[in-house]
Amino acid sequence: MSAPQIHLDAHARRIGEVILSVEGVSLSFGGVKALQDVSFDVRSREVRAIIGPNGAGKSSMLNVLNGVYHPQSGRIRFKNKEFSDMNSHEAAALGIARTFQNIALFKGMTVLDNLMTGRNLKMRCNFLQQALWVGPARREELEHRRAVEEIIDFLEIQHIRKTPVGRLPYGLQKRVELARALAAEPSVLLLDEPMAGMNLEEKQDMCRFVLEVNDHFGTTLVLIEHDMGVVMDISDRVVVLDYGRKIADGSPEEVRSNQKVIDAYLGVAH
Amino acid sequence: MAIDIGTLDTFPKLLVHHAQARGERPAIREKDLGIWQTWTWKQFADEARFLACGLAEQGLKRGDHIALVGANRPRIYAGIAAAQCLGAIPVPLYQDAAAAELAFPIRNAEVSHALAEDQEQVDKLVEILPECPTLEHIYYDDPRGLRHYSQPELMSYDKLLELGRDAYRHDPGFLEGEIAKGRGEDTAAMFFTSGTTGVPKGVVLTYTNLIERSKAVADWEGINDRDVVLAFMPPAWIGQNIFSYAQPLVAGYCICCPESAETVTTDMREIGPTYYFAPPRVFEALLTQVSVRMDDASALKRVMYHYFMGVAQRVGERIMEGKPVGLVKRLLYRLGDLLVYGPLRNVLGMSRIRIAYTGGEAIGPDLFVFYRSIGVNLKQLYGSTETSVFVCIQPNDKVKPDTVGPAVPGVELKFTPERELLIRSPGLFKEYYKNPQATMEAKDRDGWFHTGDAGYIDADGHLKIIDRAKDVGALTDGTLFAPKYLENKLKFFPYIKEAVCFGHRRSMVSAFINIDMEAVGNWAEKRHLPYSGYTDLASRDEVYELVRECVEKVNADLSREPEIANSQIHRFLLLHKELDADDEELTRTRKVRRRFIAEKYAPLVEALYAGRQAVHVEAQVKYEDGRSGTFSADLKIRDAKTVAPAAARKAA
Repeated sequence: MSAPQIHLDAHARRIGEVILSVEGVSLSFGGVKALQDVSFDVRSREVRAIIGPNGAGKSSMLNVLNGVYHPQSGRIRFKNKEFSDMNSHEAAALGIARTFQNIALFKGMTVLDNLMTGRNLKMRCNFLQQALWVGPARREELEHRRAVEEIIDFLEIQHIRKTPVGRLPYGLQKRVELARALAAEPSVLLLDEPMAGMNLEEKQDMCRFVLEVNDHFGTTLVLIEHDMGVVMDISDRVVVLDYGRKIADGSPEEVRSNQKVIDAYLGVAH
Repeated sequence: MAIDIGTLDTFPKLLVHHAQARGERPAIREKDLGIWQTWTWKQFADEARFLACGLAEQGLKRGDHIALVGANRPRIYAGIAAAQCLGAIPVPLYQDAAAAELAFPIRNAEVSHALAEDQEQVDKLVEILPECPTLEHIYYDDPRGLRHYSQPELMSYDKLLELGRDAYRHDPGFLEGEIAKGRGEDTAAMFFTSGTTGVPKGVVLTYTNLIERSKAVADWEGINDRDVVLAFMPPAWIGQNIFSYAQPLVAGYCICCPESAETVTTDMREIGPTYYFAPPRVFEALLTQVSVRMDDASALKRVMYHYFMGVAQRVGERIMEGKPVGLVKRLLYRLGDLLVYGPLRNVLGMSRIRIAYTGGEAIGPDLFVFYRSIGVNLKQLYGSTETSVFVCIQPNDKVKPDTVGPAVPGVELKFTPERELLIRSPGLFKEYYKNPQATMEAKDRDGWFHTGDAGYIDADGHLKIIDRAKDVGALTDGTLFAPKYLENKLKFFPYIKEAVCFGHRRSMVSAFINIDMEAVGNWAEKRHLPYSGYTDLASRDEVYELVRECVEKVNADLSREPEIANSQIHRFLLLHKELDADDEELTRTRKVRRRFIAEKYAPLVEALYAGRQAVHVEAQVKYEDGRSGTFSADLKIRDAKTVAPAAARKAA
């Protein structure tokens, strides 16, 4: 596919210091070794991709990063704090948001309400105040609504604001999920196959939004993607996993010409 | 209620007037971040003042041209007003035009400044910068995505406004002086016609043209400052611009800008406009939406809908026009209004509509009657960019689906012997920009504008447009042959997508027809009629029967119009492929290129007239990837029954 019409060089985007690093992480489920001694880092404001063939451990890696899985060994450093593991609530509070491969939205709720749930961690008023809609709760809700509306405007989903999510086509649901993750104003956003199952046009739209999120909000993006074209077009650096091990790490060009990567994707004669 | 605008002869003067007369009333609303935001007349006037000063600081002078590229946004309209304050000439351009299409008007009008809505438009302007040496400044409204652009020509709207605000503070007299210098006979704006033939032409309209026409119609229709309009068509189209810029400035009503193109339906429901204009395809899309949703509704609702729509069709229009209707029917309609029409109007956002116009192309009678029967006062309007839109409008009490109504006050109509419509009106354009040749061809010495449309005035004094004059021909017996008129009649049937009629210098009329794949496909599925694709479906006898019925209905219709009764369609065939712009059979705006088709399919035309029952066709087809192949098939030809005009007259 052709690259979307956005030109951004690394300099203009102010890629910064390492914000998140993974050192020697291993994860196994019983006898299955999902991740073996994986290390890599993510710089602030970069688009970092994790790729690999089916079963390579990409989603497991993402789940480790936001505290769903707890690795048996290895360390994660995030904003100069070190964790051997964290739970997902902590991860969210620290500014890590994510989207899911198989869309996890509240299907019966409208797009707007789904996005408001994304603000959940930012709400300070207690349940009673919110229920009675008094003083600070009212002001707070207005602020959150405004933040949500800005994201709706940013992702161009005004026309479905009041539509229940379950009625939306798949591509739009993906966009709503991105919107909800953004509503939490994360510093790091983990995207699990954001383009999976989309047609070409939807993919191009999504690429544009991913790049614009990165540019506009300065969000650091870690994404897992199957579509090699997409990854090579929008990522700054790429990690390649195969059978739970890191086999390559570098710029898209470096990764593309790496023999191990080619073998992993195309298979080798044994 | 007449509108008192006294001697105010330019839009900036009118704007200043409204800012004083109704400063706190809403002028423009826009939905932003989910909430309707209002500019009052006072705010609108101030915005235009500051912006004008900013533009003056940037070097925009009287007589310069400024392009505006964007959707309906308050700031685009402020840009138009600001340019006019300085005596500069706004040139609104279509926001969905490709970059290359923008280059011609910008070069032609020597545009030096441009106001773009967003990154998309800026990208296009930047792309054509090398071919447009006169373009020096590009301003943008929405800065999103433009942070890293370093072109020296670029400046944000906000910065421009800031510049202007400072300048105005230092010397407010300068701008008020510039506004006072404007005269009615000055050029107000320039609109580029889409140009189906050859290059686009810049139509130059003066303040007097636009103000006089807007006022005449506002007075005639009772439009006032309590009216509300939703602006959702491109502002570069005069049909939008006159309703969302010229007429509001005359009558003082409020316009609303939808949030985005996708939200128009919702926004319309929220705003509830009282005054509405849309081309027929918009009304058609709305009706389709209603029909689809009705098909999914519960059985009870479906039954109610169909029953009451039947009632509406019989008496709805008569009730709206204040004609006598029996008491029982009147009560039934009232009940229907409570249960069906009212809620339906509400869903469509048409509850408050007093006057709705449609125009630009022919509207199907069923479609037209649908809206009128549920109580929406939909009327047809005839006009063009060159006539400042308003030429003919149907009056409230006498609306006929097949005419465009009588001339509005101030307009004179006459016809050439070839039946071409000529118009003389105060709204007539000044000239085509830098194109005296075209101006002379269109506007003769006595001030008559040659529309290129053929038509006649019917018994009620209503204008009836039948076709483009150059397409109108005659059968060998001298009967008028208006192919587009016939084709439109055919196309109003949902099963027929395109039609091409032949008959000029022939003894009878015959037609090529394209079926509508979706409608006929559905029809076939309901009848368990298997088919493999378009060609297969179009060759089915059952489908030929279906189309024959449509053709015969058209013939019955035609037999009632003495002028063209003899141009009934005698024979037809269903083409083996859909006419396609890629094969040059249609223009990009989906108009049939009749002559090209007649040449390309000459053997088929001959077969129609040779009385054959089938014809073998071999054709070159171009695939989307540029390759081409050949295709052959046997096409059937069928006769359609015609109705003797005399018999119809007796029956009527």
